[in-house]
Amino acid sequence: MSDLTRSEVVAAAIADCWAQDGEIFASPMGLLPTLGARLAKMTSNPDLVISDGESVFLAAPPPLGSSTGAVEGWIPFRKVFDVVANGPRHVMMGATQIDREGNQNISAIGPFAQPRRQLLGSRGAPGNTVNNRTSYWVPQHSTRVFVEHVDIVSGVGRARAEAAGTAATRFHALHRVVTDLAVLDFQGAGGTLRLISVHPGVDVEDVRTATGFDLETADEVGTTREPTDTELMLIREVLDPRRLREKEVPS
Amino acid sequence: MSMRPRDKRMSLEDVVGRLESGMTIGIGGWGSRRKPMALVRAILRSDLTDLTIVSWGGPDVGLLARAGKIRKLVYAFVSLDSIPLEPHFQAARQNGTIPEVVELDEGMFQTGLRAAAQRLPFLPTRAGLGSDVLANNPWLRTIESPYEGPDGMPETLVAMPALELDAALLHLNRADMHGNATYLGPDPYFDDLFAMAADKTYVSVEQVLDTAGLTAGPSPVPVQRLLLSRMLVDGVVQAPAGAHFTSCTPDYERDERFQRAYAQAAKDDAAWAAFEARFLAGDEAAYQAAVKEFGDE
Repeated sequence: MSDLTRSEVVAAAIADCWAQDGEIFASPMGLLPTLGARLAKMTSNPDLVISDGESVFLAAPPPLGSSTGAVEGWIPFRKVFDVVANGPRHVMMGATQIDREGNQNISAIGPFAQPRRQLLGSRGAPGNTVNNRTSYWVPQHSTRVFVEHVDIVSGVGRARAEAAGTAATRFHALHRVVTDLAVLDFQGAGGTLRLISVHPGVDVEDVRTATGFDLETADEVGTTREPTDTELMLIREVLDPRRLREKEVPS
Repeated sequence: MSMRPRDKRMSLEDVVGRLESGMTIGIGGWGSRRKPMALVRAILRSDLTDLTIVSWGGPDVGLLARAGKIRKLVYAFVSLDSIPLEPHFQAARQNGTIPEVVELDEGMFQTGLRAAAQRLPFLPTRAGLGSDVLANNPWLRTIESPYEGPDGMPETLVAMPALELDAALLHLNRADMHGNATYLGPDPYFDDLFAMAADKTYVSVEQVLDTAGLTAGPSPVPVQRLLLSRMLVDGVVQAPAGAHFTSCTPDYERDERFQRAYAQAAKDDAAWAAFEARFLAGDEAAYQAAVKEFGDE
């Protein structure tokens, strides 16, 4: 479709993160990840378990901004931690910083003792990354986000997990990073970040320029797939008729 | 002699009177949800200081930090939910005005409360391994399992120490005068764990009912909602709208407009002084009256 927008490409790329997960809890943090998880449930993975982001599992994906519909389970925060420790979950978190090693920071910028900018704190990032499959969403791919070394390690990269021993690596599984420019995975040397596709209209060089370290690329960097007609219909008419997606990724 | 258990009703000021400077106080709720805000406001009016606050933080932490009441803060996040960053907490961290901070993973925090609730010195957890939570809290130790793992090697896990509390402050929907209490919203949060981790627990509620009223009523309340037994509770305060401006579903949702005004006022000293003068200078009744006036504007 000629009027395809970047946010729609992103939604499908995010949906692909959960396509092969089977019957697990998709935990998207933020707007585009929520759209992507709901899209995955309506297309590639109907077995996916989704929540209202608060306290119940929803039987069918509601539109963005809504959490209505049949409830199929109860997931208060205490049970979220049980699912985290138990394992059947794939979280997509944000990342204020992410480095080549796959370490992520949502805690604070600057020295921990007295940060230049205090952010959320570690939240569940340390536990998520050593227990569950983890992906990241970065709405503005830039050298401010993709840095040589994160200031504070909230989410644990592969090398850090290996240094902590088998208890940290047993269930450690970083999956993808989706940004407004590209899709990356963690199949670079030693579990480092690697570029696997650029979105339509983006050059590999654009991504390199927006990345604050020398970025490893897959042997063949592809173009991120376009959403199917069915996916576009679901995004536009069912899941996000108010085009909230464009607030996060302007077209 | 009465056949009934003791009457534990007291005032907000009675609760504060039982707290002491230097205590470790756990605050229930989560972020900007069902926080015992009337009790927090009562602490703001007191001369209590040097507190260690243990909280999945929201405006409770923000207000206490702004007032300089916190010597040590134990948290995994501090957020207003609909406003991601708590402005007073953020300023306090950036200005270095909280002398000691312990930032944990959310699950580690729960594990620490569980350990205290079970009177154990620690509990093992995977959460924290490899992250800077361990680097920034070098007193946190790991422990090697005495059992072999699937690969024949014992796992080394975080030994999360018990988060023992001198007191827990909670806000629920209903209680009887003896301390049996129910939550009526979708999430109990961790209020029962706070109660078990604490030496003393004080719970404010929207309404104190007679015991039968906790489960009777126009539509019966399932017994699973009786989160707190009176065994765990030392004081009950009737504090209608006592979680304001955080949510207390289904009695009321978060007062988003007021929360925005709170966050906005945090941004400069003059605006904050005006906010304090308008809302925090008097007692709880004065606060609720000022809030009503604000709501009518």
